[in-house]
Amino acid sequence: MSITGQVLRRNLPENVEVFDDSPSGSLELHVLAVDDSVVDRMVIERLLKISSCKVTTVESGTRALQYLGLDGEKGPVGFDGLKVNLIMTDYSMPGMTGYELLKKIKGSSVLREIPVVIMSSENVLARIDRCLEEGAEEFLLKPVKLSDVRRLKDFITRGEGKDSGERINHKRKREDDYASSSSPSSPSSSVLSASSSSSSASSSLSSSARLSKRAKLRNKD
Amino acid sequence: MERNQMHKHIFLMRQSFFDQGLLDDQFIQLEELQDDANPNFVEEVVTLYYRDSSRTILNIEQSLEKNPLDFNKLDNYMHQFKGSSTSIGAKKVKAECTQFREYCRAGNGEGCMRTFQQLKKEYAILKKKLETYFQQTRQAGPSETACRPRMN
Repeated sequence: MSITGQVLRRNLPENVEVFDDSPSGSLELHVLAVDDSVVDRMVIERLLKISSCKVTTVESGTRALQYLGLDGEKGPVGFDGLKVNLIMTDYSMPGMTGYELLKKIKGSSVLREIPVVIMSSENVLARIDRCLEEGAEEFLLKPVKLSDVRRLKDFITRGEGKDSGERINHKRKREDDYASSSSPSSPSSSVLSASSSSSSASSSLSSSARLSKRAKLRNKD
Repeated sequence: MERNQMHKHIFLMRQSFFDQGLLDDQFIQLEELQDDANPNFVEEVVTLYYRDSSRTILNIEQSLEKNPLDFNKLDNYMHQFKGSSTSIGAKKVKAECTQFREYCRAGNGEGCMRTFQQLKKEYAILKKKLETYFQQTRQAGPSETACRPRMN
């Protein structure tokens, strides 16, 4: 099934358009990266650009919300008119933390469909669980690697196109939801491991993989 | 022949950074992000790191002069500093940051000050070495083999 901008617009709500039909004709993800560290912003921008993504970087959660137009409820269209397909945010930031930003985004009717990924230098299980429960797609340990970004990009572009309705709403999944949910069989056991780079990019993040990812992070050093 | 000598020298210099534990794999990750269009990416990031972190170093210095010490504030500064040090692969500097934070949590002012002196030393040594490395790399120009020899 060919994934085109047209097909996606029909299947998904307006603000979940994955591919941006830029004038050049290429389909690119537009990522909003939020980090208070200027060094990290430079690195993440490069990682994303090398992975053929459009990038906008901001230094705080407040700026991110301004960019997303949350105040005016305009939807995930940045000031330059480009829809945001993915938000990657640092966890520890002064003022609004990445977690607080995540909550605000998932609490907004116009923004909640945008996948949010949390980045953190600290491997704290409670923190990871909290973020995933609040609807974060993924929790990446810093420093973020090229393999992390590539995997993420694969997941976002494939996942959104294939099973459009299925994984958009992750809010407040309880334990029993994990047990009973039937996701497409995914043989890979290390789908989105936060530390090592796994070359297999499975098409969907099954809930069992998410649990095994937690176990992986728990076992890490 | 002169040029080959230069390249060999640079190659060995770079290798020594890893052998001596000054840099870790993250530095290599950054090198992977360089290409013909962005041949100086690593140098740009490192330059930015030193410029940006000099402010944090100053903040920590000033905070260490206060009495009593605000360990929470010190820890926060160091968390920031450790983060960016990690991002450029500054292994030894990062280790000092970790040590410093442990002393903060233990409320050990002496330990903090001692560690901070050591940290500044490592930070300065790395800066000098990398400056030399980048300068010589630019002087030597592109090598015949791929610029990024894969060494662990």
